[in-house]
Amino acid sequence: MSQQYLLTGNKAAAWGARLARAEYLPAFPITPQTEIVETLEKWVSQGEMKSKLVMLESEHSMLTAAGAAAATGVRVYTATSSQGLLYGMEMLFTLSGWRVPFVLTNVSRGLSAPITLEPDHNDVLAARDSGFLQLHAATCQETLDATLLAYRIAEDKRVRLPVLVNLDGFYLSFTREPVSIPSMSEVAEFLPPFDDEGLSFRAGKPVSEAVAVLGGSPYSYFRYEAHLANLAALDVFDEVAAEFEAKFGRRYHALDCYRTDDAEMVFIMIDSFATKARDAVDRLRESGLKVGLIRPFMLRPFPGDAIRQALKGKLCAAVVDQNLSMGKGGILHTEIASEIYGMDGAPAVLTNYIGGLGGRDIGPEEFYAIATETLDAAHTGKRLPTRLLYKTDELREIRKLQAIAALERQEA
Amino acid sequence: MSETLFKRAKDLPSTHLLGAGTAMCAGCGGLAAIKEVYDVLGENTVFVNAAGCMTLLSVYPFTPFRGSWLYTAMASAPAGAQGVRDALDILKSTGKIAEQDDLNVVCLTGDGSAGGIGLSATSGALDRHLDFMYLCYDNEGYGNTGQQTSTATPHGARTATEHHKTGNPDFKKDLFSVWTAHKPAYAATVVASEPLDLARKVERAMTYKGPKMILALSPCPTGWDYDPQLTMELGRLAVKTGIWPLKEYIDGKVVHSRIKGRLPVEEYLSLQGRFAHLFNPVRNDKVIGEIQAHVDEYWAAVENVAA
Repeated sequence: MSQQYLLTGNKAAAWGARLARAEYLPAFPITPQTEIVETLEKWVSQGEMKSKLVMLESEHSMLTAAGAAAATGVRVYTATSSQGLLYGMEMLFTLSGWRVPFVLTNVSRGLSAPITLEPDHNDVLAARDSGFLQLHAATCQETLDATLLAYRIAEDKRVRLPVLVNLDGFYLSFTREPVSIPSMSEVAEFLPPFDDEGLSFRAGKPVSEAVAVLGGSPYSYFRYEAHLANLAALDVFDEVAAEFEAKFGRRYHALDCYRTDDAEMVFIMIDSFATKARDAVDRLRESGLKVGLIRPFMLRPFPGDAIRQALKGKLCAAVVDQNLSMGKGGILHTEIASEIYGMDGAPAVLTNYIGGLGGRDIGPEEFYAIATETLDAAHTGKRLPTRLLYKTDELREIRKLQAIAALERQEA
Repeated sequence: MSETLFKRAKDLPSTHLLGAGTAMCAGCGGLAAIKEVYDVLGENTVFVNAAGCMTLLSVYPFTPFRGSWLYTAMASAPAGAQGVRDALDILKSTGKIAEQDDLNVVCLTGDGSAGGIGLSATSGALDRHLDFMYLCYDNEGYGNTGQQTSTATPHGARTATEHHKTGNPDFKKDLFSVWTAHKPAYAATVVASEPLDLARKVERAMTYKGPKMILALSPCPTGWDYDPQLTMELGRLAVKTGIWPLKEYIDGKVVHSRIKGRLPVEEYLSLQGRFAHLFNPVRNDKVIGEIQAHVDEYWAAVENVAA
């Protein structure tokens, strides 16, 4: 039987690992992910979780240990954030090449410099091309459920790749929401014990893993294999999500669509800030604007077919990117644009807004401005450059602080 | 010394586990050391490799190893060994594998990784008392990329990144002391040209649980610029000149193999192109003297401790 609890996003992630019966937990603390490590350590120490937790001396080592243990044949869970994800970046690309299934939670946090703690997605999107699958949670319940889905998909013989589950720092990591925690026995029926598929290190069964290749041909062969396995996760996701629904009553889609059927204008967002857009859709609908929201729950593999289907026949769409590819614009925007370019019935206008960097709020009035501006551009055919959300008041506050600091220095 | 299987040279393993035909250079002193270590450890060994020369041992789809291999990255091979060791322990404790399915976990790394980019991960594994062997083939430079200066490059040596008249101004990092400061279960220096000493040390190391650190001087014909047939001779000279002290760390104490009639360092230096500038076109007594003094000071300190 499931039970409802008030859980932070971090606790929900830890529960995901516990319910999945992760056997090995290589760990390293970093804000805002630390609560996951502390929770797991407590459970292991108190015997509530029969796992081995090891504190490594860096995220790079933590990920190496995670991959090596998965390659030896145990179920592995680990977590990090932001700078930690970047510090371990070499191993992200490496471990997808090892084809080792395990789950890595990333608690999103803006990247230095300037150093900060609150979320945006330049950390997780830096891992976009690593070969890890990516699931993006918008709620605490999704964080737990995505972790269970992730193990099933990662360990599927058609995939055999690591999966990254993303949740936003602070907005989810430290926010309590009601979360339904399924029982261990229910989860055991959904997620069987780890199967190494014959790839492991044992006496008398020599195996060479992650060996060098010479030349582009064998290199391309293995890179293509991993790419195709990544793509295979599109079908695997649908199968696993259907089973998950039958078992736990919650349905997940690779692309989450909200009030899009009759929408003229669609917001496109990922992670927890998409719940702000969802709220804005309801408000804007009340004021007579036909708007909707699409939210990729799975970002890798990219649910391109579902996105094309959802956007076909729409007048316009706005991608609100909580990231910034400097010198270009929003990362999600280019991904969506490449998917719909040349499609029959593609939206005439696909605008791009950068917002929510370092946890900066996106208010209802901004969603209103985005919707009306995008609709206006669609009607007039005017091309809008990428817009950086920032309000006059905010700029005035920054200027004020600078003026005070300058004055203090003069008087000192 | 406790009972050993290796009382004399004819006791050394006569069948060799490492296959021939690898991509290593002719006369590779590192490969010779690995071959000798592997014969003592046996085929139920998994090598967890850091980026370096030896990464080219296993090239798809071939391997010279009878046992297993996992290439990791340059910075984190000890953490890879941690993951493999922990996973094997988990599988044993949950009854998923039997005791006899277990493996020796050996981290295989060069001096470039061991003394620099991988030192943090090595220190971490030592802090955690990881039950593994750490085998560093020390060819005194970034050998795989053409012998650039590493933290292990000796004083006076020329490298691909050190063309100064007098060679490397710095002295070789004392990695052995860095390790022993962590109080490992066991640590030793070896060289392939002393196979009996090497075999006994590997044999002894495996009687300990915890980190077992092996530092193997690895004469490198291409990096040190000498005729490949001199690899064993240079190993012997490194020991006889006192440049490469053979020693063990056991139970908190360092014990040296004593040298009778230490030879002058130039007998070792003059055979290598990387030191040629110290002898030609004019002899550089200053730098040769510095190297000799460094060795003399080392052994004087050893004698003082022993006295």
